[in-house]
Amino acid sequence: MSKGNLTRRGVLKTGAVAGAGLALPTYLSAQDSGFTNAPSGATVTLGFNVPQSGPYADEGADELRAYELAVDHLNGTGADNGMLETFKYADGSGTVLKGSGVLGKKVEFVTGDTQTKSDAARASAKSMIEKDGAIMITGGSSSGVAVAVQALCQEAGVIFMAGLTHANDTTGKDKRANGFRHFFNSYMSGAALAPILAAQYGSDRKAYHLTADYNWGYTTEEAIRSSTEAMGWETVGTVLTPLTQTDFSSYITPVLQSDADVLVLNHYGGNMVNSLTNAVQFGLRDRMVNGKKFEIVVPLYSELMARGAGSNIAGILGSQNWDWKLENQLGAKYSGTNAFVQSFGTKYGFPPSQAAHTCYVQTLLYADAVERAGSFAPCAVVDALEGFSFDGMGNGPTLYRGEDHQCFKDVIVVRGKENPENEFDLVEIVEVTPVEQVTYAPDHPQFAGGALGSCNNGA
Amino acid sequence: MFGLDKKDASLLLIVAVLVAFAPFFLNPFPEGSAMAQFNAGYPDLMQRFVIFGIFAIGFNILFGLTGYLSFGHAAFLGVGSYAAVWMFKLLSMNVIPAIILAVIVAGIFALIIGYVSLRRSGIYFSILTLAFAQMSFALAYSVLTPITGGETGLQLALNDPRILSAATTGGNIPVPALFGFEMRSSTQWAVGDWLFTFNVGYYFAAIIMLCSFYLSIRIFRSPFGMMLRAIKSNQQRLNYTGLNSRPYTLAAFVISGMYAGLAGGLMASMDPLAGAERMFWTASGEVVLMTILGGVGTLIGPVLGAGLIKYMENIISKINSDILHTWFAFLPDGLEDVVVTLIYPFIGKGWHLTLGIVFMLVVIFLPGGLVEGGQRVSRLFGRKKKAHDPKNATTEPAE
Repeated sequence: MSKGNLTRRGVLKTGAVAGAGLALPTYLSAQDSGFTNAPSGATVTLGFNVPQSGPYADEGADELRAYELAVDHLNGTGADNGMLETFKYADGSGTVLKGSGVLGKKVEFVTGDTQTKSDAARASAKSMIEKDGAIMITGGSSSGVAVAVQALCQEAGVIFMAGLTHANDTTGKDKRANGFRHFFNSYMSGAALAPILAAQYGSDRKAYHLTADYNWGYTTEEAIRSSTEAMGWETVGTVLTPLTQTDFSSYITPVLQSDADVLVLNHYGGNMVNSLTNAVQFGLRDRMVNGKKFEIVVPLYSELMARGAGSNIAGILGSQNWDWKLENQLGAKYSGTNAFVQSFGTKYGFPPSQAAHTCYVQTLLYADAVERAGSFAPCAVVDALEGFSFDGMGNGPTLYRGEDHQCFKDVIVVRGKENPENEFDLVEIVEVTPVEQVTYAPDHPQFAGGALGSCNNGA
Repeated sequence: MFGLDKKDASLLLIVAVLVAFAPFFLNPFPEGSAMAQFNAGYPDLMQRFVIFGIFAIGFNILFGLTGYLSFGHAAFLGVGSYAAVWMFKLLSMNVIPAIILAVIVAGIFALIIGYVSLRRSGIYFSILTLAFAQMSFALAYSVLTPITGGETGLQLALNDPRILSAATTGGNIPVPALFGFEMRSSTQWAVGDWLFTFNVGYYFAAIIMLCSFYLSIRIFRSPFGMMLRAIKSNQQRLNYTGLNSRPYTLAAFVISGMYAGLAGGLMASMDPLAGAERMFWTASGEVVLMTILGGVGTLIGPVLGAGLIKYMENIISKINSDILHTWFAFLPDGLEDVVVTLIYPFIGKGWHLTLGIVFMLVVIFLPGGLVEGGQRVSRLFGRKKKAHDPKNATTEPAE
């Protein structure tokens, strides 16, 4: 019968093609270069995977600005050289980067939108790796995304330089050999904040935590709790709030009824803006409990959030990875800050956020590691970055620890300004916690349960 | 053959050929050319085409045949993904057990949700399924974090047991494979400036998609399918004739949920991570869009709709203003800026806007979806067809 013939042929055809597709890869998949997306032409492609839509779109836009600036500086096409002038190794010599590309190749980039969703971020990173031939992926403004993309990069055999990600898990239980984080983490926030909280508010406080109901919230709450309890504080309540919550009134009322005299808001982004605004509207800041003034603490501060919360942030303590006023106020130890702020300001007309800073630094660190290693191969880059000490990148002397690929550097404790002069100068630096105080053992309980594995060069 | 009439057999054949040669005609532009931006022939996107094709085919069995609009279908996709990743963590990296468990778990889940939701029809049914899906999402996102990984998603780890296969390969997590064929391994074939990529995972998913498509044709043409259509056209009349329609709708719901679980299991096999966002209501809405865009109640429509939406999501969304400026660089400076400003809202993160416009145009001018468009074109150019076309009978406007 004719229809029988028709379909048999179709089946044969499909079978033959599919069979060929299944059989071919075994002997063709290995490339000559020995690693994924080895750059063969005169250019090398980096993938900038940032949130361009969704709750962290502001951070994403600032990260992208920083990446474009870093590419300008790496290619020597910018108005100046930014941190390439100040970037120094532990022995005091300057970086090997000369502003003439990386290993003689011009740096190009592709961008993608993570939408702050792990699935979308992985799809976007995959298309950069598979379609655009990106040799390194960087960016992101959420730990969930960072962890998801880091695992993908490990599988695919490319380097991942994390952007803004603060949860312990990124370099804790979900750490990967191909992933690196420059940004600080929840533990460091807790360790940096606790002594200052004790000094400012006394050591017999009762704290009430409102925590965003996802991984970053959990690790931050744990870190702040354990650090403050070690100082003598008592935790009287912890409540999880949904990430999508926009009105926190119903969560603030129980705080008024408890005998807590400190409210810790383990929130970020829009959550933090809303919860803090609600808390201030409820008059928490004017309350007196147990004869002490009621205080609010926000463990992870960001300029962009401060802008959103407006005058409500006045007098509220928090921690930051970096601030653009650092070098002006605390001197040459934090060199690089002014160089970066200046070239960012020249290009865009306003000072960079800490998200922009960490992304810029990560790009330069990657390029420098490639140059020192003399190869784009991920394993060579991992070797060059592990245990790498550097200075002049705005945070003072910094170490990329080999055991967990986390950067160790000073942490800044900031307070919202009472009378900000302009919309970019909303926080004042209270103190800088030296790196020794925020350093922990790689097997610290808050970071336990993961393994780096070994570096992966991919196909 | 296979119990199909000639028309269905040729449709299946066309789909098989399209799927088999997709790496070629999804990459029509040479590498390095300005149009290479529009190439879609890279493994991740091709896998997505067929996987979401399966999802939409399954959804169409429920929505296209019975008319029950489920607004929570993504929950089954998510449950399937979680089940598959757990199999990778506990049993082995072979994709077969993972996919089987994904289908079973999604089926059980669909049975429970369907049993409750199908007590109502119409908008109440839609809202019930939506509520269940959002509940599942919320559970996966926070309450069940130990099982689902919460916001980070469920991932493989080096210290997973994987009792049937090696837990690690060379210090790294092994990748999902089918008896040694790694899902991610690809072969590239350069022909002149063209570069074609053949991916194991894609062909594996494609074969499963063809089987699902075949099964869906059989369901459409079976007495069971006829009964489902009767429910769509007038459920009350059916009840008055003494038939209990609930078992039929429940069966359709479970089958459709199992298709979604299959798609979820395949997604996890291609990329071993399951995130809660997969279950979010927008993901459920997406499959409704795919089905309506392609043509509700048609066989091939949902697959086309899935392809169109995934193409736009992955290709249009990656065009940024720099790329636009290079395209229109030939125009005088002022004019270039104007053109770029006009187009910019519709590309990049504005791809949803483009999708919305396309969707509106399709619903208004082609109520039968892309399939109706294809039929109109073929009627315009083709010879006069016989008046009665069985497939035309099934193209009805979306509710």
